[in-house]
Amino acid sequence: MSLTMIFISAILVNNIVLSQFLGICPFLGVSKKISTAAGMGAAVMFVMTISSIATWLVYYKLLAPNGLEFMSTVVFILVIASLVQMVEIILKKTTPALYQALGIYLPLITTNCAVLGVALLSIQKQFSLIYAVCFSLANAIGFTLAIILFAGLRERIDSTAYALPKAVKGTPIVLITAALLSLAFMGFSGIGK
Amino acid sequence: MKSKSLENLTRGMFKENPVFVMMLGMCPTLGVTTSMSNGLGMGLATMFVLIMSNMFISLVKNVIPAQVRIPCYIVMIASFVTIINLLMEAYLPDLHAKLGIYIPLIVVNCIILGRAEAFASKNNIFQSFLDAVGMGIGFTLALSLLGAVREILGAGSIMGWSFIGEGGYPILLFIMPPGAFLALAALIMGYNKISGASK
Repeated sequence: MSLTMIFISAILVNNIVLSQFLGICPFLGVSKKISTAAGMGAAVMFVMTISSIATWLVYYKLLAPNGLEFMSTVVFILVIASLVQMVEIILKKTTPALYQALGIYLPLITTNCAVLGVALLSIQKQFSLIYAVCFSLANAIGFTLAIILFAGLRERIDSTAYALPKAVKGTPIVLITAALLSLAFMGFSGIGK
Repeated sequence: MKSKSLENLTRGMFKENPVFVMMLGMCPTLGVTTSMSNGLGMGLATMFVLIMSNMFISLVKNVIPAQVRIPCYIVMIASFVTIINLLMEAYLPDLHAKLGIYIPLIVVNCIILGRAEAFASKNNIFQSFLDAVGMGIGFTLALSLLGAVREILGAGSIMGWSFIGEGGYPILLFIMPPGAFLALAALIMGYNKISGASK
């Protein structure tokens, strides 16, 4: 598989949120406004790329040579959690503007299963380091695209919320919107097969 | 005392159902429920981790300093997830292959950390056990129900037993990703109707 195909596949065809169902919690939780959705997307992109490098190195340089592959779940979640903390501290010191923008989203990312999921997937697919980085960057872009589109739809729906039937108000309409968005992304399936 | 135990046990099953009311653990809920048996398997695996982690966290809650409790909880949860992952790989290889990446991802299932923080860190081991059983049953019920709806509509079968006959057309959409969102939306609408009526 070429690098271009990895990008097309991860962003459009096998979108991480809409067809693989990873990272649904932030997708449903912080998508009320486009601006917050964009902030979350940027933070995920940042953390997912860095954590894929860290987990790849830990797995192939530390766990695999010692026959400790079964520990990967425990180790990865610790690596990701401490990485998020570290990124937070470094950003606060060096680039306060970026910290202001991403700040509140960073702690939430530890429990974002998309980050751990992508780290595990790139090990499962036996990617090299370069491929693993591109794979997680592509998935992060896919996440950002999906959450921003979704936030846009929700803003429009909220502005006409008074017209909704009582039964679908609240969670159901959010899920139905997600279903329609997911249906739209299914139009891409078949590309690159 | 007795009624309190009963309440802790039944709370998660309907009134505070983790999926329908609290919207926790959405990723496995939507991701693995293409059939009823998958939903059931995922629900039981999560329940095992939930029971073990709730009991152990309740046991060590006084030993762990408050500042580092979240990382400690995560390490304990991750250990139980590793155990169930290896057990399923050894004894239920088919189910393990179907659930795939969602098994290790039980670690980041918000229900487990949520119950650890909200319940097990404040209550004794027996009550935490009851709470975990209740929440686990509620989660398993929700996943099995969603899996059943999607399997009946999308594949024309139930628990792998096909009833649609030859030449029948199942609504394929329901075992594809958009169907997951649609079926869950419909179930939540039904839940809201029933729970609203019982108030």
